Amino acid sequence: MSSTIIPFGPQHPVLPEPLHIRLVMEDEKIVEAIPAIGYVHRGLEKLTETKDFTQNVYIVERVCGICSVMHAMAYCQGIEELMNIVVPDRAKFLRVIWAELHRIHSHLLWLGLLADAFGFESLFMQVWRDREKVMDIMEETAGARVVISANAIGGTRRDLSKEQMVKINLTIDEIKHDLEQVESVFLNNYTVKHRLVGRGILTKADAIELCAVGPMARASGISMDLRTTGYSAYGQLDFEPVLHNDGDNYARTYVRLKEIYQSIDLIKQAISKIPEGEHLVPVKGMPPKGEVISRVEQPRGEVLYYLRANGTKNLERLRLRTPTFANIPSLMKMLPGSQLSDVPLLILTIDPCISCTER
Amino acid sequence: MFKMMGNIFKNLVSKPATRLYPFEKREPFKNTRGQIAGCDIDKCIFCGICQRKCPADAIVVNKEEKSWEIDQFRCVICNACVEACPKKCIISSETHKTPQYKKDKLKIVQTEKITESTGKITT
Repeated sequence: MSSTIIPFGPQHPVLPEPLHIRLVMEDEKIVEAIPAIGYVHRGLEKLTETKDFTQNVYIVERVCGICSVMHAMAYCQGIEELMNIVVPDRAKFLRVIWAELHRIHSHLLWLGLLADAFGFESLFMQVWRDREKVMDIMEETAGARVVISANAIGGTRRDLSKEQMVKINLTIDEIKHDLEQVESVFLNNYTVKHRLVGRGILTKADAIELCAVGPMARASGISMDLRTTGYSAYGQLDFEPVLHNDGDNYARTYVRLKEIYQSIDLIKQAISKIPEGEHLVPVKGMPPKGEVISRVEQPRGEVLYYLRANGTKNLERLRLRTPTFANIPSLMKMLPGSQLSDVPLLILTIDPCISCTER
Repeated sequence: MFKMMGNIFKNLVSKPATRLYPFEKREPFKNTRGQIAGCDIDKCIFCGICQRKCPADAIVVNKEEKSWEIDQFRCVICNACVEACPKKCIISSETHKTPQYKKDKLKIVQTEKITESTGKITT
């Protein structure tokens, strides 16, 4: 049978960001998928070489809007390791609280986009209404909605007061209550299940071979969550990675949905265990000559920062690998064999963040 | 099939989640980073720390001219300058900047003032 090539993207209603995929089709079936990225390259890695190492915190945050806290957290942890700075315990807990709030808003955003992708507009609005509550907490506690600039080298820039923590507790309770109302629609609704169950299967063996990270790997039954390594204050909190064994769209939805509950639980634990004290220690001197690798679990998976300092105020090299970049090979594995109408949903279930990937 | 029914009835009787924006505005939260509104120029010592700390290179301090200039459209509102200022003279506002027709820079120049005790002209 003769094949047709259909270009998917870079502009497509389901994609907020430009990802181009050439789909080689036979009838309605995909036989091959060839990705092309490079539409939103901004040269942020190069920019960091010209800036002061303290200014870079603000630059790496702008790599990705959705997981800005985790980017700054990974960078700060790297520099702190390089300069042997001991971060106060309170700052570690504050970082965890903000990071988990970011995870909640990222997963709620993704659930909304998923509902929108299969045409369930009212469900999309239900989910995004709750996301707005998280954004309001961010603005109230850190001073901005999306790129909150909460992290600094040596701790966090702001502290949380008792009243703010009570408010966070109340708001996440509300979100939990609202989410329980729509949870059954995502997991049990007939039409929703029809679009999710059995589509885009990534087996455990494939996920290991293609180095899938984050919810993609966990939905294929790989118990891999970087938070279990106990960086920041995660070592003092009690949690288990959310797993599912099917590896299809439904499994990925399930994992992300349950991770919201997990994040709510983690925030509650962190607020109950947070110690009193300083939240920022002053940083003196320059990062000494050396290199370091820092890893953090983002909503989409594992982000890796490689930092090389040469003793001056500028870094010699900053290299970062984002989770979406690691998940694109898995997407290319999932696409062949599926129908054209499933492509938007399949791309969405890896939770792509293209501007992250291209930096 | 009817998993959404409870929510639908709740939404029918509850208030809308959105605001009619231009007519009804939300008060900004306390300590929100809205914009860098300017500089209390009489307190400024023109040390230039804010200029060096700014990650977006939005601030220009001129010691000879005794001027402090910010490009508010280049500013990323991280408030690094506000924290770094030794005299705490940079004003951070909670309200956001409104859209403008021109990308004008905000330049504040210190004028000469006469100190009362000596009668000497200082700047």
